[in-house]
Amino acid sequence: MNFSDSDIETILLTLRLATTVTLLLMLIGTPIAWWLARTKSAWKGPVSAVVALPLVLPPTVLGFYFLVAMGPQGVIGELTQSLGFGTLPFTFTGLVVASVFYSMPFVVQPIQNAFEALGDRPLEVAATLRAGPWDTFFSVIVPMAKPGFITAAVLGFAHTVGEFGIVLMVGGNIPGETRVMSVQIYDHVEVMDYAQAHMLAGMMLLFSFLVLLGLYSLRRRHNIWGLKLER
Amino acid sequence: MSDRILEARLNPDQEKPAPIRIKLRLIRPDTQKNVGFSLDVDVVIPGSGVTAIFGHSGSGKTTFLRCIAGLEKASGMLDVNGSIWQSGKTFLPAYKRPIGYVFQEASLFAHLTASDNLQYAIKRSGLPKNNQNFKNILQTLGIENVLQRYPHELSGGERQRVAIARALLIQPQLLLMDEPLASLDMARKQEILPYLENLCATSSVPILYVSHSIDEVVKLADHVVVLDQGKVAASGSVTDVFSRINPTFQPESDLGVILDGTVIERDTRWHLSRIAFDGGDLWLRDTGDEINRPVRVRVLARDVSIALDNHHDTSILNKIPVKVCEIFTTDEGTITIVRLNAGESYIIARLTAKSAHYLNLTPGMPVWAQIKSVALVQ
Repeated sequence: MNFSDSDIETILLTLRLATTVTLLLMLIGTPIAWWLARTKSAWKGPVSAVVALPLVLPPTVLGFYFLVAMGPQGVIGELTQSLGFGTLPFTFTGLVVASVFYSMPFVVQPIQNAFEALGDRPLEVAATLRAGPWDTFFSVIVPMAKPGFITAAVLGFAHTVGEFGIVLMVGGNIPGETRVMSVQIYDHVEVMDYAQAHMLAGMMLLFSFLVLLGLYSLRRRHNIWGLKLER
Repeated sequence: MSDRILEARLNPDQEKPAPIRIKLRLIRPDTQKNVGFSLDVDVVIPGSGVTAIFGHSGSGKTTFLRCIAGLEKASGMLDVNGSIWQSGKTFLPAYKRPIGYVFQEASLFAHLTASDNLQYAIKRSGLPKNNQNFKNILQTLGIENVLQRYPHELSGGERQRVAIARALLIQPQLLLMDEPLASLDMARKQEILPYLENLCATSSVPILYVSHSIDEVVKLADHVVVLDQGKVAASGSVTDVFSRINPTFQPESDLGVILDGTVIERDTRWHLSRIAFDGGDLWLRDTGDEINRPVRVRVLARDVSIALDNHHDTSILNKIPVKVCEIFTTDEGTITIVRLNAGESYIIARLTAKSAHYLNLTPGMPVWAQIKSVALVQ
């Protein structure tokens, strides 16, 4: 195995992207999952649908809209410019924003299902034991929904590692900035460098397999609620 | 009967804690899934001792308890021993109310061992850990040996005992118990009941105990609130409430009164105890209770017959001079229920309408109650 420097650069960039996106998604996805699991609001349906959009839309469609929105005349673009960040397309930050949205359902759904499986009782018990809302969240909800959180983090990470279309649309192909593994593989194939492509592709195949293997054996042991792998 | 009551009798001057005033309304409209329900309760209960919330299923007992706990939001007023938990716009959330709550199912935290479930409560009780109290509670409930296990490794009875211990370790000022025996089979019930009796007899905090079982109520409670369709059908001491004739909470076939008394004599030859209550005395099978020990007995209406004179030629040991105070004939006209008065106590007799007719009973008439059997309940 002999990775070129640019291969190594893309591997590290991919890992950095996936880690950042996963951390952000755990922070953003958890309250969304909580709201979706507990709410009786009529907005539950529309919000669920928006969260699930990336499951059915081609990444190029999402990427296209992000590109437009993040552009100088787009909603997001105007906001970022007025805040002094410039525009986001073809930057790492832009890639992170698009990826957070793109991997959202893979994080929200397992956590939401775990929250729903808890029911009201543990929360009521905690309340009668004088645990306030935050205390209850960290002492009861998080430990009881732990398998859901693990599933969410692993799926969110793996899914971000594996994205391609949205990266090309929003991030382009800038070495060290937006050129991730999937794009690098595409480049290798384009120039008929199958040996290099094989190494990266094989690595991703192995990685994805091991992640899923890990999840399914975890599910067998702990009965992970809410592991939904269907796309 | 309990040491607490005994103690109260020995120290009658002891100051009584302020009562619990409850005035709650909750209206749950009909939905597609559930039939509507309304709770409308205005009742004052003693600030100490065990109060049973008694009623049929669907009478609103559990909802009532959940409203007191703050798990459901009723409108109205709630004053517990002088501190306002709810009034107008003030609504103390459940986690700020100094309660202990025992659910119908044990509801232990599945991710924690029995010991950690208990620690969870101790940590949040806001009081320093009291090892003596901890040991006493473990011992009272007999769970010293199961602490390292997870809930799924415990039997149903053990789980419920750990749950009760957990509710006590939060050091509540009011202990709420929602049919803690209902989800258990007969054997488990018999396993836990002695622990509960002990707990109810020695607890220094007031207890509200929801139950649909007369047996549990008369064993455990001093006071009872009877709920029917979300409203208070009766409230008072157990002896008082169960001496009333009210088919909503006492089915006619099961009718009986509770008498609180004291052992005054033990007959070793025939293995009998004589207990005195306000209004007379009764012989029952020797209970092993010492002289002066307070006891509670239940006399079922179907075990009581009425005679106009004191008959000496009968096998019945217990004959008490009483006065007829109320006569009530059931809808079918075959059974007559007679409420009899002796001293401060009441006894209910169930007769055929025919017998009642031939005895020509009228209110105020002095007669003899012949009691065939007396059951010790406490």
